[in-house]
Amino acid sequence: MRVDKSLRGVAGLRGVVGIVAALGAAAAARANTSNGYNLPIGVTDMSKAIYGLHMEVFWICVGIAVVVFGAMIYSLVKFRKSQGAIPDTTMVHSTKVEVIWTVIPVVILVVMAIPAADLILKMEDMRNSELSIRVTGYQWKWQYQYMDAAEGINFFSTLAQDSNFARELHSGIDPKTVPNYLLDVDKPLVIPSGTKVRLLLTSQDVIHAWWVPDFGAKRSVIPGFVNELWFNVEPGKEGIYRGQCAALCGRDHGFMPIVVDVRTPDAFKQWVIEQKAAAQLPRAAQVLSN
Amino acid sequence: MANAHDTDGAHAADHSHDHGGQPATGIKRWLFATNHKDIGTMYLLFSLIMFFVGGAMAMVIRAELFQPGLQLVDPAFFNQMTTNHALVMIFGAVMPAFVGLANWMIPMQIGAPDMALPRMNNFSFWILPFAFTLLLSTFFVPGGAAAGGWTLYPPLSLQTGDSFPMLIFAIHMMGISSIMGAINVIVTIMNMRAPGMNLLKMPLFCWSWLITAYLLIAVMPVLAGAVTMLLTDHFFKTSFFNAAGGGDPVMFEHIFWFFGHPEVYIMILPAFGIISEILPTFSRKPLFGATSMIYAIASIAFLSFIVWGHHMFVDGMPMAAQLFYMMATMLIAVPTGVKVFNWTATMWRGSLSFEPPMLFALSFLFLFTIGGFSGVMLAIVPVDFQYNQTYFVVAHFHYVLVPGAVFGIMAGVYYWLPKWTGHMYSMGLAKAHFWLSTIFVNVLFFPQHFLGLAGMPRRIPDYAVQFTDWNMVSSIGGFGFGLSQILFAVVVVQCIRGGKKATAEVWDGTHPTGLEWTLPSPAPYHSFATAPEIK
Repeated sequence: MRVDKSLRGVAGLRGVVGIVAALGAAAAARANTSNGYNLPIGVTDMSKAIYGLHMEVFWICVGIAVVVFGAMIYSLVKFRKSQGAIPDTTMVHSTKVEVIWTVIPVVILVVMAIPAADLILKMEDMRNSELSIRVTGYQWKWQYQYMDAAEGINFFSTLAQDSNFARELHSGIDPKTVPNYLLDVDKPLVIPSGTKVRLLLTSQDVIHAWWVPDFGAKRSVIPGFVNELWFNVEPGKEGIYRGQCAALCGRDHGFMPIVVDVRTPDAFKQWVIEQKAAAQLPRAAQVLSN
Repeated sequence: MANAHDTDGAHAADHSHDHGGQPATGIKRWLFATNHKDIGTMYLLFSLIMFFVGGAMAMVIRAELFQPGLQLVDPAFFNQMTTNHALVMIFGAVMPAFVGLANWMIPMQIGAPDMALPRMNNFSFWILPFAFTLLLSTFFVPGGAAAGGWTLYPPLSLQTGDSFPMLIFAIHMMGISSIMGAINVIVTIMNMRAPGMNLLKMPLFCWSWLITAYLLIAVMPVLAGAVTMLLTDHFFKTSFFNAAGGGDPVMFEHIFWFFGHPEVYIMILPAFGIISEILPTFSRKPLFGATSMIYAIASIAFLSFIVWGHHMFVDGMPMAAQLFYMMATMLIAVPTGVKVFNWTATMWRGSLSFEPPMLFALSFLFLFTIGGFSGVMLAIVPVDFQYNQTYFVVAHFHYVLVPGAVFGIMAGVYYWLPKWTGHMYSMGLAKAHFWLSTIFVNVLFFPQHFLGLAGMPRRIPDYAVQFTDWNMVSSIGGFGFGLSQILFAVVVVQCIRGGKKATAEVWDGTHPTGLEWTLPSPAPYHSFATAPEIK
């Protein structure tokens, strides 16, 4: 009896731990991405500030909607002909209320514009970046060329094979069985956390746009132009972040995802060393064969 | 002046010996039409056909997006669908519908016999069927129809196949048609108002069209210039937008949106005018702040010329420009707010009844305002970086264009249809059409806000599985909305063929203001052979 009970207790405990762990994992997974109907809070100061501003503007709009729609609905209910409402045909104009409902929106807009302007200044501050990466858009893939300490690392990033098979017309493969369908690449961009990373974006053909929602970072990728963009992923938020090309760029616009693998600065250094060593190998082989 | 002259002419023609007072018979009546009502009818029917053509394309889009994976169409064809859906709906459905309403109503509202330039009127209509035959035939040429988005951004649009010059010439033809329509509206309003009708006494629908016509004349040539530069880049080795040749692809975006932003007001201002006619009628109360409504329309039109940059925030813009475009754009909310508040005040202490035109006007009022809110959100630069190019934008502009512009048009048609045909239409069917449309339009477009915020880019044929649920809901709304529009066609056709006789006032007991209600229903072939007296 007692054994049974204690066993049951252990099983129960294990179950609870399991549920908590699962919830924790789910929460951790969700903390960094959208909940399915709202902007993600994201993992950079910028994405969090954007989220905050988004919610502020949203609630202001909700407030205005309650007042305006409230007045409309009140009119619809209260002033119905079927309820015997008599129209007040003298009510045609009032300078006073018209001035009021011109001035109040102006004030509300100023309230929204000030934090927005402040955030624009921060976004455009490209100084003191610690790692620069050149991003080139192609129909339909991305090229990443590292600069600064990681100079020399250079690779293309294209849609992962399993997504690529599944996305064919009449492929017969259920997208739900493909992990990270359309949001996975063969070789992700690797960056260090806690580092101001600056992207220099340009295109070799048509206009693309580089976007990772969790970074609050989107910028057009335009031939003949070099656009700049920066983000700084909070330490402790290492992980995989996903985005997509955000500008119609032809037939396979929907199939050029962006995957960013954020690692600790140490792990990143290690990765850089490995990449450089790997890059040396073919060169050495070439020298030998010559 | 012109008015005094009109009065003299009217006295002379008192015994109305109509030369050409009766419609010609057969095909000639339509082919050689110079009568504003015939031409208005053709515009409206053409627009209805294009509404279904563009709607069919939307059905393909929503069917493909019903679930993840590609089931029905190739991505290239999907892009042709999105591109041509927009071109057909904008230039084929919404704009011609407004010109049709202008043709029918402006002479009747200002007390004129017809439009000022009847032959140009004929020409401006008859260009359209050719323009759209050309545009739609591009689906059958090698390389398929244009697939670079209706915004035609180079270099992508320059990758279009053999259809490219056909697309450009179709756009030129649409532009010429619009400009001629706009000239006609301005000349008619400026010269043919009945004596005593000064500009501030003019009905709001005429006012909104007068301002729209100036916008059209200002920006359609800009579009023509932009697409001509695309054409020479493609065929004559110029490099206006070709970076490799020293050109500037962003310059195209600037030129395009200098046209494109006023264009969106071209598609909504006449709807503002229609709503300003309908709400007072069914509230049995004059429009609140009529003069400030006119100033609000004029302010919106002015601001529309200085906000185009808000379409391009993510393209890399100087900080000062970002701030300027953000603030100028937010400023549009002020006159738009004045309009919404004035409409609400019009209903306040009124005596409301809910005939189909009123129902559509109310739906417009609520749903256009939602589109306005998302518009303010989109104006805020830092958050626009997250919204831009996502389904949030798609939701926003469909809220202002479908329950905005399209419901405005439908409200107008339901308001004036008995005046045109002389018959009342089926109120039951029209109300069913209203409820189905209003419910499904929200099922269709509201979830797209969620999709955009959750990170789904626009203009993609296939999506990651986390977007499945809302896409499914949106597609169901789309099919429902599309099917509901068949009811609209049924109501209109039934009303043309017969029905209960409409009185001159049509909406008995509402005492609608406006000269059109002084004419019998159906209105005589030449609206006012004698200039009416304006009190």
